[in-house]
Amino acid sequence: MKQGSGSNSGEEVVQLENAHKIYRMGIQDVKALDGITVSFARSSFWAIMGPSGSGKSTMMNILGCLDRLTSGRYILEGRDVSTLDDDSLSELRLRYFGFIFQSFNLIPQLTVQRNIELPLYYLGWDANRSAKRARELAEKVGLGERLEHRPVELSGGQMQRVAIARALANDPEIIFADEPTGNLDTATGEQILQLLVELNEQGRTIIMVTHESHIASHANRRLYMLDGLVERIEEG
Amino acid sequence: MRQIKVVRNVLLGVENLLLHKLRSFLTMLGIVFGVGSVIAMLSVGEGASKEALDAIRKLGSNNIIVSSIKSIEEESTSTTHSHMSIYGLTYEDHIRVSETFKVVRRVTPVKLIRKEGRLGERALELRVVGTTATWFELVRRPIIAGRVLLDSDEDGYLPVAVLTEFGARRLLAGEHTIGQTLRIGSDYFEVIGIVKSESGQAGNIQIPDQEVDAYIPISVARTYFGDVISRRTAGTRERELVELHQMIVEVDSIEDVEPAAKGIEEMLKRFHKKKDYLVSVPLALLRQAEATKRTFNIVLGSIAGISLLVGGIGIMNIMLASVTERTQEIGIRRAIGAKRRQIIGQFLVETVVLSINGGFIGIVLGILVPSLITYFSGMPTVITVGSIVLPLFISGGIGIVFGLYPAIRAAKVDPIVALRHE
Repeated sequence: MKQGSGSNSGEEVVQLENAHKIYRMGIQDVKALDGITVSFARSSFWAIMGPSGSGKSTMMNILGCLDRLTSGRYILEGRDVSTLDDDSLSELRLRYFGFIFQSFNLIPQLTVQRNIELPLYYLGWDANRSAKRARELAEKVGLGERLEHRPVELSGGQMQRVAIARALANDPEIIFADEPTGNLDTATGEQILQLLVELNEQGRTIIMVTHESHIASHANRRLYMLDGLVERIEEG
Repeated sequence: MRQIKVVRNVLLGVENLLLHKLRSFLTMLGIVFGVGSVIAMLSVGEGASKEALDAIRKLGSNNIIVSSIKSIEEESTSTTHSHMSIYGLTYEDHIRVSETFKVVRRVTPVKLIRKEGRLGERALELRVVGTTATWFELVRRPIIAGRVLLDSDEDGYLPVAVLTEFGARRLLAGEHTIGQTLRIGSDYFEVIGIVKSESGQAGNIQIPDQEVDAYIPISVARTYFGDVISRRTAGTRERELVELHQMIVEVDSIEDVEPAAKGIEEMLKRFHKKKDYLVSVPLALLRQAEATKRTFNIVLGSIAGISLLVGGIGIMNIMLASVTERTQEIGIRRAIGAKRRQIIGQFLVETVVLSINGGFIGIVLGILVPSLITYFSGMPTVITVGSIVLPLFISGGIGIVFGLYPAIRAAKVDPIVALRHE
């Protein structure tokens, strides 16, 4: 098995060891991950690529602690998290991860500010401190004037910016981006990607799932999946 | 800190509910009517039984009433020929009851004689009650004029009489009559006082006093009228010897009433050949009335409870729909790091806020309706603190019970499924 080694710091933030994920579909077992061993270095920008059904979404869910391995080990920051219970996984997501989705996944009835504050609410921050942080983040993604708006009043690009601000609220170690530009036009998508590149340059690890190679070209590592296995890894 | 968090959660819940004002209001309606009907029904039930209970309380809840009755054997022999029937409570019984039981505080003996009373020009068929001063302590009635009997009247064999308000009015007696002479049969008594009269039944026990009573010392009654009462009916002469017609026994506390009544019953059984006495306990009657009231409340309460249940199911229904509608939101919150119990908390808070608000509106309705009933139909209604607090707790409970299932359903939402691209 090939290993993706970190070049920036040399430290590995996420590792999978012989990771299997098997879904039962009726009487048939589907091997979404079929024994993957891979490492992701801190402060790297990864693109996970592959045709649909190759297991890249499963990979993302496993890495994001939204799903559990059937067998194998998942080591996060040197700690085996593959056997943790639901509450502990929630805690990990809350402290280490930020998520960006293709369909933005903002809560429609909440204002931009409330959406950005969401992780802070679960972290137990008080209202004033959260509001201040939300304002800073909104300004950072260029939406300082939109705090009181609701998501329906925003364009797709603006919604994705809100989602990015929300993903940054808890100051995450890793940002997972699942087809972040899939619902955006090329120009807007390019801006969002630029934002991700900047975040990576500031030292955050970014793991992005995409099936478009020109999107993937922004990443400095590309992992190609096929039939639940790592086909190849490209660098640069 | 924790309090602040709770307040914040509640505020967030309220905020969310306010997004769908009409829906939230309609969801609450079931609870509104449920709580409203619980309060209204309880207050109507409470009002209906209050009157009955008041009547029974006049008998005194610490009292035991022992009455003389004609035994069945006596009843059949006495009609055949002129014969003297001897039955009922004796002076001996009075002494025994007052001396045997430690818990018996006092025993008031009662002798009853039907005699015509005359005051000046007016006459009235009286029920002459030969008794002691303690009567007025056990059968408390307000004094309208003069005074009641005293021990000294009893000891001095003084021919004095206390009239009731009703009797006094019929005999045209009043403040001015105190000290005047009342003729009872062929004997003369001095009117010393007038007390308020009560009359009526409490369950199947006649309350001790009647409107046509005239109270005289029992010592006087014994010497003037003796123990034998003769009556002439359709040619036959009927004679009865009854020493005491009634004993009103007062015990120390309510707990002693029933054991003491049992003891008295046992004792009388030993000394009487025939069953020519009856021990009745107003407390038992009170209990019975209270049991009836309880049944009444349970029946009304269950009917109202069903409407609360329906209200609760209504809330659950809407919350389940809301969970389905908000699957994506739940998925987002879970992905961000919300724990299952935080999702449960969020939905539970919303349901509880809904049902408690419904409860409050229901309370207003429940207070309004009985007062309208009283206003338009004159039916007494009583709103107790309990009948308000109880539904409030129930509505809170309904929020938790019927909110729990939708909340658990919400917590079980799989974030992966919920976040799948649409």
